[in-house]
Amino acid sequence: MGITPAPDALRQDTAAPGGVGASAERPDAVGKVTGAFAYSSDLWHEDMLWGHTLRSPHPHARITGLDVSAALAVPGVHAVLTHEDLPAATHYGLEFTDQPVLARDIVRHEGEPVALVAADHPETARRAADRIRVSWQELPAVLDEASATARDAPVLHPGRTDHHAAHVPHPNIVHRQPVVRGDVARAAAGADVIVSGAYEVGMQDQAFLGPESGLAVPAEDGGIDLHIATQWLHVDHRQLAPVLGLPPERVRLTLAGVGGAFGAREDLSMQAHACLLALRTGRPVKMVYNRYESFFGHVHRHPARLTYEHGATRDGKLTHVKARIVLDGGAYASSSPAVVGNAASLGLGPYEVPHSDVEAIALYTNNPPCGAMRGFGAVQACFAYEAQMDKLAAALGMDPVELRQRNTMSQGSTMPTGQVVDAPAPVAELLRLVRARPLPPARQWETPDGTDVRALPGGLSNTTHGEGVVRGVGYAVGIKNVGFSEGFDDYSTARVRLEVTGGEPVATVHTAMAEVGQGGVTVHAQIARTELGVTRVALLPADTRVGSAGSTSASRQTYMTGGAVKNTCEAVRAEVLRLGRERGLLDTRAERLAGGKVVGRDGEVLAALADILGGEAIDLELEFRHRPTQPFDRVTGQGAGHVQYSFCAHRAVVEVDTELGLVKVVELAAAQDVGKAVNPQAVVGQIHGGAVQGLGLAVLEEIVVGDDGRVRNPSFTDYLIPTVLDTPDMPVDVLELADEHAPYGLRGVGEAPTLSATPAIVAAIRRATGRALHRVPVRPEHLTAPDGSRAG
Amino acid sequence: MRVNLTVNGRPRTADDVWPGESLLYVLRERLGLPGAKNACEQGECGSCTIRLDGDLVCACLVAAGSAEGAEVTTVEGLAEEDARLAPVQRAFIDAGAVQCGFCTPGLLMATDELLARDPHPADADIREALSGNLCRCTGYESILGAVRLAAERAAADRAAAEGGA
Repeated sequence: MGITPAPDALRQDTAAPGGVGASAERPDAVGKVTGAFAYSSDLWHEDMLWGHTLRSPHPHARITGLDVSAALAVPGVHAVLTHEDLPAATHYGLEFTDQPVLARDIVRHEGEPVALVAADHPETARRAADRIRVSWQELPAVLDEASATARDAPVLHPGRTDHHAAHVPHPNIVHRQPVVRGDVARAAAGADVIVSGAYEVGMQDQAFLGPESGLAVPAEDGGIDLHIATQWLHVDHRQLAPVLGLPPERVRLTLAGVGGAFGAREDLSMQAHACLLALRTGRPVKMVYNRYESFFGHVHRHPARLTYEHGATRDGKLTHVKARIVLDGGAYASSSPAVVGNAASLGLGPYEVPHSDVEAIALYTNNPPCGAMRGFGAVQACFAYEAQMDKLAAALGMDPVELRQRNTMSQGSTMPTGQVVDAPAPVAELLRLVRARPLPPARQWETPDGTDVRALPGGLSNTTHGEGVVRGVGYAVGIKNVGFSEGFDDYSTARVRLEVTGGEPVATVHTAMAEVGQGGVTVHAQIARTELGVTRVALLPADTRVGSAGSTSASRQTYMTGGAVKNTCEAVRAEVLRLGRERGLLDTRAERLAGGKVVGRDGEVLAALADILGGEAIDLELEFRHRPTQPFDRVTGQGAGHVQYSFCAHRAVVEVDTELGLVKVVELAAAQDVGKAVNPQAVVGQIHGGAVQGLGLAVLEEIVVGDDGRVRNPSFTDYLIPTVLDTPDMPVDVLELADEHAPYGLRGVGEAPTLSATPAIVAAIRRATGRALHRVPVRPEHLTAPDGSRAG
Repeated sequence: MRVNLTVNGRPRTADDVWPGESLLYVLRERLGLPGAKNACEQGECGSCTIRLDGDLVCACLVAAGSAEGAEVTTVEGLAEEDARLAPVQRAFIDAGAVQCGFCTPGLLMATDELLARDPHPADADIREALSGNLCRCTGYESILGAVRLAAERAAADRAAAEGGA
């Protein structure tokens, strides 16, 4: 026997009903509720070893000595690897190849991998790693913009050769993107009101529940089979083959069950390490991070400092916006350049701004590396520009929703990048919808049975029965891009096979899409049913035997791999019709497939699929691309950089115990345009889930990094994500205004709700308390400090 | 050491258990029952929730040796013998409460325990009962919906049984 469960067990056959537009059941649902579904940490092989990683305790240090002999001497240890043992390429990375597989002479952040151990028990591997002797010489760390860009700052990556190296103002700046449009100085001179503000966003963690894990199995051909939880099999593959020194065809990846992602699985974590140990020992190697290690094992959301100036005329029309956004990228580039591009191009929000001057940069520092997280650069900006819109409304004496609606973009508006929005952009309508909802009743903690403290700030701590509790209501709206931008050749691949077996037509869909929980597998089955008129759909395990599906990120998979499945199904259908005509079974009335038959325009049956195909199968693999985008000009930021925009608005109702600084979010209403709800239940699930991650950023979640560059709270005891007691009722309005450029008119859904939830909640807390609140997460001390600044 | 216990009604034995191993490790790595999940291994997330002699516990916090002779129920033991899903399992699917699914086994165990002691929980009671189980995908709305659905269906079944009796 080999791997348990066998990869073939990942094949999902479904005959559940439901085409496009239905809330079809997930093909993996039964496995997930019975415990049979195999996540990457569940994989097992009777011959397997356990891998473990030794990590740096220092944020910046030189390795002056490394002695693994004591670790190797531990009984049960099969291999110990350091930088010296790497067979080929020593670095990898998503955009720049700047990240060491194992540190050689320098570590640049706490938790950087230094050595690997393989042993017959995970505890043996951990204990052996403790016996590796490393001599460190600590180095001065750079931790913020001032220390990173000082004239005498230590340069963290000397001799950069990446594609941004030549244009950045300092080698510790990963990338800089200005977006300049119109004449801000002149516009400012004509403004009746100008407000400015400085804002800060803490470092958020994706906190997926399924830890980084996988099983690497050495193959007879000298290659490797890696079973892995990731967001993009082919980008892992592209980085792995050079590190392993293997020809690409001998590195094969299969998607194991993925326990959430949210951006944290875009970069490699244990992939190369497990493969290297497996190739060295000739044994399968399993690696599973625990939660402590997971906090060091993946990138986080960039913490940011943002300064804004907004101007408007007395009647509330924006004259101009100036913005500067500084993102802390940490020790390695990861996807920082693309995050910079998003922050710069989306940094003014879904508003018409005639004159703008934006600068966004990402820094190299010795803080933990930051990269992709749901919202990707747009989250940080949305917190700041929505705070500014409220500040502007207050300065003008206007209602904050009314001010927004006077400036919202719509179809035909021009972005600060010069790109014209060529699809519906119902921003004002989304705001109207959330405002039109009835408010939850006042003093909602009062029940016929008395006070229910669970409905109050402080909850079961029983800290108030309503004394000192005030309510506030806040609004926010955001804009997120969908798909990969800035000229990236963004495509996805789908292979579809149609055949008749046992008298019944069956469609088999094979893609490399990473199902991370979002429900892409459900959507693929729905699309195949709609396009090919079948009931039975078999979904093959995602792997690198089929072409790339691109990343499960940027809200892109339903658009892109859904689009690829649709595209290939259409080609398969065309081939059926061609065969039918060639064989004299069909005439020109034949249009589509339904119920295993070829039918005409009005559904009249023209031939059975079985008669046309006989025992043959039609089997096609095709790529699908969205419309090309353009890079942003390095100086002006002008360019049609994005393919689609996504909008969500939130209204938050909060109650605050002003004496203790405790916040209860009472209701979080959303309205979002999704173009077409391919699976309505999954769409609403994305809006709820995204909103609660925004709630976490508003009032709970931050990786606290000390001024020594060390993480203070790498555990679920100290890094708090919302529980069901922290989350409110979340009514949702879904609009379906088709984007004619997208498959079925759909619009990517997953990220936009994460943007607007945070500023809506903080706006509500400001309304309740009168405090200015320029930083998230809002902590109790921000609400109780006697010197806490008050909103003007 | 050797650990003997009853898991989902069947006697099981694990050999060569290192004394530091948790019950979660023994279930997942030695007994081939990976349904209980390993999201934090420090008792914070609830993804490894099982029943130990009837009580809900985090299996990651139980030393395997201390479970000697115990009765353990995991998510693998919720469905009927003939593989028919338990009502709570079906309700989680129907309500869309499963996305990545990593929290699902623990939430199913906690829901099963809640509905056994309180067949008609108010929303606030559901929230309190499930507050030890973290979910990062759903925002919990569909999970609340699933628990309500399971309770409603059970009530309907009881009413039907009484009507037919």
